[in-house]
Amino acid sequence: MLHLKTAMITALLSATALSASPVFAKDLRIALQSDADVLDPDQSRTFVGRIVYASLCDKLVDITPDLEIIPQLATSWTTSEDGTAITMQLREGVVFHDGTPFNSQAVADNIERSQTMDESRRKSELASITSTEVTGEYVIVMNLAGPDATLMAQLADRAGMMVSPTAAAAAGTDFGLNPVCSGAFSFTERVAQDKIVLTKFDDYWNADAINFDSVTFLPIPDTTVRLANLQSGDIDMLERLAATDLTQARGDDSIVVDSAVSLGYQGITFNLANGEKGDNPWGNDKRLRQALSFAIDREALNQVVFDGAFAPGNQSFPSSSPWYNTSLPVEPANIERAQELLAEAGYPDGIDLEVQVPNSTEPLAVMQVVQAMAAPAGINISLTSKEFATLLSDQSAGDYFASQIGWSGRVDPDGNNHQFATTDGGINDSKFSDPKMDELLNAARIAGTTAERKALYDEATAIMLDELPRLFLYHVNWIWAYNDSLKGFTPYPDGMIRLEGVTWEE
Amino acid sequence: MLPFLLRRILIAIPTILLISIFVFALQKLLPGDPLLVLAGEERDPETLAFLREKYRLNDPIWMQYLAWIGNALQGDLGTSLRTNQPVTELIAQKLPVTIQLAVMSMIFALVIGIPAGILSAVKKGTVTDYIANFVALSGLSIPNFWLGIMLILLVAVKWQLLPASGYVPLSEDFWRSITTMLMPSFVLGTALAATLMRHTRSSMLSVLSADYVRTARAKGLAERVVILKHALRNALTPIVTLTALLFGELVAGAVLTEQIFTIPGFGKLIVDAVFNRDYAVVQGVVLVTAVGFIFMNLLADALYFVLNPRLRGH
Repeated sequence: MLHLKTAMITALLSATALSASPVFAKDLRIALQSDADVLDPDQSRTFVGRIVYASLCDKLVDITPDLEIIPQLATSWTTSEDGTAITMQLREGVVFHDGTPFNSQAVADNIERSQTMDESRRKSELASITSTEVTGEYVIVMNLAGPDATLMAQLADRAGMMVSPTAAAAAGTDFGLNPVCSGAFSFTERVAQDKIVLTKFDDYWNADAINFDSVTFLPIPDTTVRLANLQSGDIDMLERLAATDLTQARGDDSIVVDSAVSLGYQGITFNLANGEKGDNPWGNDKRLRQALSFAIDREALNQVVFDGAFAPGNQSFPSSSPWYNTSLPVEPANIERAQELLAEAGYPDGIDLEVQVPNSTEPLAVMQVVQAMAAPAGINISLTSKEFATLLSDQSAGDYFASQIGWSGRVDPDGNNHQFATTDGGINDSKFSDPKMDELLNAARIAGTTAERKALYDEATAIMLDELPRLFLYHVNWIWAYNDSLKGFTPYPDGMIRLEGVTWEE
Repeated sequence: MLPFLLRRILIAIPTILLISIFVFALQKLLPGDPLLVLAGEERDPETLAFLREKYRLNDPIWMQYLAWIGNALQGDLGTSLRTNQPVTELIAQKLPVTIQLAVMSMIFALVIGIPAGILSAVKKGTVTDYIANFVALSGLSIPNFWLGIMLILLVAVKWQLLPASGYVPLSEDFWRSITTMLMPSFVLGTALAATLMRHTRSSMLSVLSADYVRTARAKGLAERVVILKHALRNALTPIVTLTALLFGELVAGAVLTEQIFTIPGFGKLIVDAVFNRDYAVVQGVVLVTAVGFIFMNLLADALYFVLNPRLRGH
């Protein structure tokens, strides 16, 4: 009898122990809107690729939800007095997934790879680094051509992701087929358009904060189907819930919805001087562009197309950003002012405008609403819908008058402006050119303090809103939906999914 | 029969070559620069120039084609511009998926389509015939994507009977693989069943009015035997060809159904490849599906010989 009792107690105890232990062995399944491209931080370009990297590849530094730069693989850093050298102290005891130790030489090799590999897409991001010096096992100095206020933000993204130098040297440009980094999860398997599987890396420096044995990323392009999969329990989390599905998701008690305003923007880019088509009334007279801006009710646009889920916008930063120029808020529509401006420009009886737009649901809906809003002011918009690759090459070649296009956004304010608005900017498809703008944006790149930079961007934004080579409409909200067993998820404005501290509690 | 098949195979070779040239040319006619898609948001000019050189995009089209076909003949279909994966590997990953989907859809189509066709032919002009026709017409008219989403919402979300979408390899988990594929193959199968039903019906009707059927009936054979043994066997010949051709189409991929149910098959592969101007992938997939289609055609011809003794003498 006593034996039986002991046995029962033992059984009871072990059962309790089992249920009290953290729910491990959980494979987290996350649905992405599309399939990632090549999984090499130096070669990759897609947004969803970066979501995979957030679990796969650690960076030198990371950001907070408020866009402050915080340590990740670099524990501290100092900038020299003249701003031309950054000295970084690196985290000790970190290893890559293949066992290669992480140290200052690894950082030097990574920067060299990003700068010199022919296929690298990171060259411009790291252009200011002229050389690196390994001054200790865990100390590296980056010498810069001049002060670069944007560099730390670049190092908080793909340019700062550290790949194993051993694996990179062995695989060359094929590194992306079997990526080896130092993140919380290591690469296991990829089936194109089906899944990317990562497994928990036991030697991760912050392994205690990771509570999943593996993560599987599943590309599910259809938004309705993504949500259906979450509701049926086939996946645990999804990114980019359609704004129009919000009501349905919120109505489901087993689903939690989180969101963050993105760093990017959506708007209309005008052709000012890009080829022959730049010589048109809309490109030649800023009053027409101003008239269109006055005709649009951005709040209503957001309500009608996105059920109010996004953020109306008129600048390259959302109003929640510390860089937003608060003296130039989003104004309500003013049709009278729009009509006055048209008359001043010599078009009292109205004018036509052809806008090219990507042939997918949301951009078309946005432009149809803009079309309806512009009509009362006398602006007759015609829409030419194009498949995205075509739209992009026409825009780059100057074969357009106006183009509905957006930008995914960067942590540093420079990324949303310099390449678009400076005379020699790489993505300046408007061919907008203004010496004052060049001066301001160049100065903001090297300015020492945040306050100085803010003043420069405020001034630049004021010119942009007067000239309107890009007319800003709204800022997308990243919307995540997940099973309510998932706890501790923090939304970030960069749209990434960071799994540190996230747990699963049934 | 062998010389006949051999002749058909020899004719197939120029056909495949012509298809590959045609598709190559069509792709080059598409507007949009693959490199702008490939270069990403930043479009660094130096990288663009390097990639243009690397993928030989500066060469004249005929040289690009010759380079491609030269490698293809040696079994190298190139690498994907987008993911750097070899195209042969991509195809090897997706072929089993597509074939499984095609086979399961075809089973649905045959099991529904042929009995329904026979029934409506035998009961011509009755309520049964009209109902069968109505159902067939609905099967043809209901868009796949709509039926797919409705099924997901009902069967997977509301009743939680089947997985909502995705794909599990047969080798990994047999039952899960079959259950995951049930809804998409039903969606595809019903549309095909409608086509099969219509053809079976008309084929049966023409056979049922033939002299030998009247003779069979006059001999006093049971109606069941007359229909299933005498009439159906002859009526099936055109259906076999149709089935082979429909199967060929299935192998080419079912874009919408694959998209809705997130099945990583050929259809999704080629659509994504076209959007990304991933030339090598488009070219490789078209080549493989063209070969598949031609093979199914040959198979249909061969089956003709087997089913129709009258042809064997020729």
